[in-house]
Amino acid sequence: MPATTAPGNFDVAVIGGGMIGPAVSLGLLERGLKVCILDEGDDVLRVARGNFGLVWFQGKGFGMPRYVEWSRMSATLYPAFAAELKSYTGVDVGHAQPGGLELLLGEEELAHRRHFIGQIYQQGGGKEYEVEFLDRKQVEDMLPGVGLGDDVVGASYSPVDGHVNPLFLLRAMHTRFQQAGGTYLPHHRVSAVKKNGAAYDLITEAGTVSAPKVVIAAGHGLKQLGPPLGLDIPIRPQRGHILVTERTKPILPMPMSAFRQTVEGSIMLGVSAEEAGYNDQVDTGTVAKIAERAARTIPALRELNVVRTWAALRVLTPDKCPVYAESKSHPGVYAIASHSGVTLAAVNAKVASGWIAGDPAPEQFEAFGVERFDAQKTA
Amino acid sequence: MSAAEFDMVIVGAGPAGIAAAHEAVNVGLTVCVVDEQDAPGGQIYRDVERVAMERAHDLDVLGADYKYGFGLVDGLHASKVKHFAGHTVWQIERDGTVWCSDGNKAKCIKGRRVMLATGAMERPVPVPGWTLPGVMTAGAAQILMKSAGMVPSGPIAICGSGPLLLLIADQLVRAGANIAVLAETTTFADYVRAAPHLLRALKAFDYLQKGMAMRRRIKAAGVKIVSGISALEVVGSEKAEGVSFKAGAKTHRIDASTVLLHQGVVPNTQATRQLRLEHLWHAQQHYWYPKTGRHGSTEAAAIYIAGDGAGINGARAAEAAGRLTALEVACSLDAISRENFDLKAAPWQSELDHHQAVRPLLDAMFRPPAEILNPPNDSTIVCRCEEVTAGDIREAARLGAPGPNQLKAFLRAGMGPCQGRMCGLTVTEVLAAAHGTSPAQIGAYRIRPPLKPLSLAELADMEAGDSDVTLGSPSSGP
Amino acid sequence: MLKRRHNDGKVVTITVDGETVEARAGESVAAAVLAHTEGATRTTPVSGAPRAPYCMMGVCFECLMEIDGQPNRQGCMVRVTDGMSVRRQQGARDMETSS
Repeated sequence: MPATTAPGNFDVAVIGGGMIGPAVSLGLLERGLKVCILDEGDDVLRVARGNFGLVWFQGKGFGMPRYVEWSRMSATLYPAFAAELKSYTGVDVGHAQPGGLELLLGEEELAHRRHFIGQIYQQGGGKEYEVEFLDRKQVEDMLPGVGLGDDVVGASYSPVDGHVNPLFLLRAMHTRFQQAGGTYLPHHRVSAVKKNGAAYDLITEAGTVSAPKVVIAAGHGLKQLGPPLGLDIPIRPQRGHILVTERTKPILPMPMSAFRQTVEGSIMLGVSAEEAGYNDQVDTGTVAKIAERAARTIPALRELNVVRTWAALRVLTPDKCPVYAESKSHPGVYAIASHSGVTLAAVNAKVASGWIAGDPAPEQFEAFGVERFDAQKTA
Repeated sequence: MSAAEFDMVIVGAGPAGIAAAHEAVNVGLTVCVVDEQDAPGGQIYRDVERVAMERAHDLDVLGADYKYGFGLVDGLHASKVKHFAGHTVWQIERDGTVWCSDGNKAKCIKGRRVMLATGAMERPVPVPGWTLPGVMTAGAAQILMKSAGMVPSGPIAICGSGPLLLLIADQLVRAGANIAVLAETTTFADYVRAAPHLLRALKAFDYLQKGMAMRRRIKAAGVKIVSGISALEVVGSEKAEGVSFKAGAKTHRIDASTVLLHQGVVPNTQATRQLRLEHLWHAQQHYWYPKTGRHGSTEAAAIYIAGDGAGINGARAAEAAGRLTALEVACSLDAISRENFDLKAAPWQSELDHHQAVRPLLDAMFRPPAEILNPPNDSTIVCRCEEVTAGDIREAARLGAPGPNQLKAFLRAGMGPCQGRMCGLTVTEVLAAAHGTSPAQIGAYRIRPPLKPLSLAELADMEAGDSDVTLGSPSSGP
Repeated sequence: MLKRRHNDGKVVTITVDGETVEARAGESVAAAVLAHTEGATRTTPVSGAPRAPYCMMGVCFECLMEIDGQPNRQGCMVRVTDGMSVRRQQGARDMETSS
């Protein structure tokens, strides 16, 4: 097995090697801190491997203007973040920001989406919100040669939207993490975090790791790790399905909320949202529904072979907005939870990491704490 | 979507599947066999009906063991077994639901019990140059003889190890093919290691006799045989032009337009992996096999496995195992009593014992060499579909990829159309070596549906209207 | 390159990249193409490397060809039929759109 020694002397121990943990760790290393990532083994619940790959803005932050800002900030930071990863690691994460579409089938969907996007605009109090609606003709002009199905009436469009290859992003972040001197500890599933003097002990089967600061970026693992540390955060799993087709020549010039062509040529089709507990098995009925909608939206997709289907479990908070919180009872223990690990990777690396390093919290974080759930509980 | 229902759904129409179907129908079960090919027989008896009835000259080349299969498949059409020929299974669920496709339309079949008889495949042989046109598995050459009466125009280099290697060389000799060399990776030490198993194997003396006779015939035909070879490479740029290898102190370079590689066969575990059944590691033969209990039962009550898909024992053993599993299934459905089971099972159990007797000897004698399991050359392609090399995998291991699934995410290995069939075992071995641990500790790819690609149209047309799933993501609205 | 040991089977005429080729009934598309040609039967979508059928039993996906207009089919799993049109698969497939 890889190194099972438990070297001490870390400034920060990060629990979780998915999208959030490595991103934050990169920023911590940049600030000169000594960082380790404790990760599980191979065949475990890994949200980070079930990503669609959107760097997405439109539609996020309903009920929480701060999340709109935070998503926009990440999208803005992304080009530099991706370029930096490439220059250090040679891994091209395939980031592009050509704008993104949510295609709408039928007048009812269009009306519903208009209302929803309108609410997000209004909650911003008249601030700019970069989402507009396109009619069918405008969408056709944006997607030359794609051939829309008869039901497509239009789309919501945002120039802020983009996409990235999530798997290459994961690899690039891991590569850079180790290049920059980080210590990666796989097979270190943390069972408990215990206060030990000025530091915290992270208990694992492979040994104990100690650090004065701990970041829990453990996805669903937070559910178990958080409560004893004063971080009882009501996250739950929400299953989403993805279908992947064989490679085709480039045809989709921009990502859509349910379609994305990867740089390799595969087309990814999504997406679903089901309450299925921790069952991450593929459900055939859901796959069929995604296929049916995809075929209705872009009929030419019908001929493509599906080579893989996938189900993964989003880490969802009750308001679908992220959590960035430091424990009150255990200062120095931080929890980050979000279903948008890909979208937020850049801002996690560049901004959220500073907060853990000791900078003042970004102003957005006033909204991302755990107190909001207390209010909900008592309400 | 409505589903056809059967007491027993059998996946695969090779010896285990067909024998099980016959046995199950005989005790009154309703049975269907779903098979990817349009004719029964599996790979071992592929196209045997057509050859027996239309191509007698090929029957002579392929020999008596192949001809035997005709007797097995012949009764299938006349029986009560429903044969879904040309149907590719793309997903199996633990409750006995089997999803398949006839190439145009997705279908759902439900079994009170499902028996997987998905057989074996040849172990991938990742040597430098193995992706070049002109390189095939030895089994592929045999399939061409069976299904098309074709042989490579030659010269042919046959390289590797295993009982099947000799059989195919012998068949090619009889077919009049131009064999430039038979290069065996088997060494004298392998024979020494195997010797202790000889006594048990004598119970299956017929196997040993056949093997010796094949060797004699190949030699007598004037084929150059080199044993104990290593550092095998296929030479060529756009296509195979020959092979090079070391034997003793000498390096050989032999011209060939066709290179046939073989390192034994391994269970095809795609379906059992997709079902998330527990798998065990065969330390001697370096393959995964699903854990089975009494006569092919598994941890999933509705799922059974028989034949080489549960561990390599050969066609005749598979046939006996298929019958035993069918009887076990009948027993579990109360179609026969346990006493009746014992009566019916006895002859098949002794048949199975006979055919398994030789296996420890073969397993010890024909072990895949280390350089095939863990290709030493960093530039050797491991994942043919995504063109991922052994060096790429070692680099990802240095990054800390603990196992094949994280590796897949990092490198796309196993994400191409073959869905990991051709690289899975090698990826496990290379990672195990890189991390200094055993393949059993490293694990295997998680296999996700569809087991074989199918068109989006087939999925879209399934009429899943009753599903109450909501499409969309958290950003699509409340 | 493959050769038929006997030529007594029923002749089936197919085209391979537009060229008329005589095959025999019962043969797979992959076998018929290999009996007609030497070298690559497809190029990969990753690097354009030349490939040809490897396993002939449906597991390796190296025999991908365009058969009667349908790209990426396994040539070893389909039998030839009279008038069949076969093309070597060159890299990634196209998506035929209506517009």
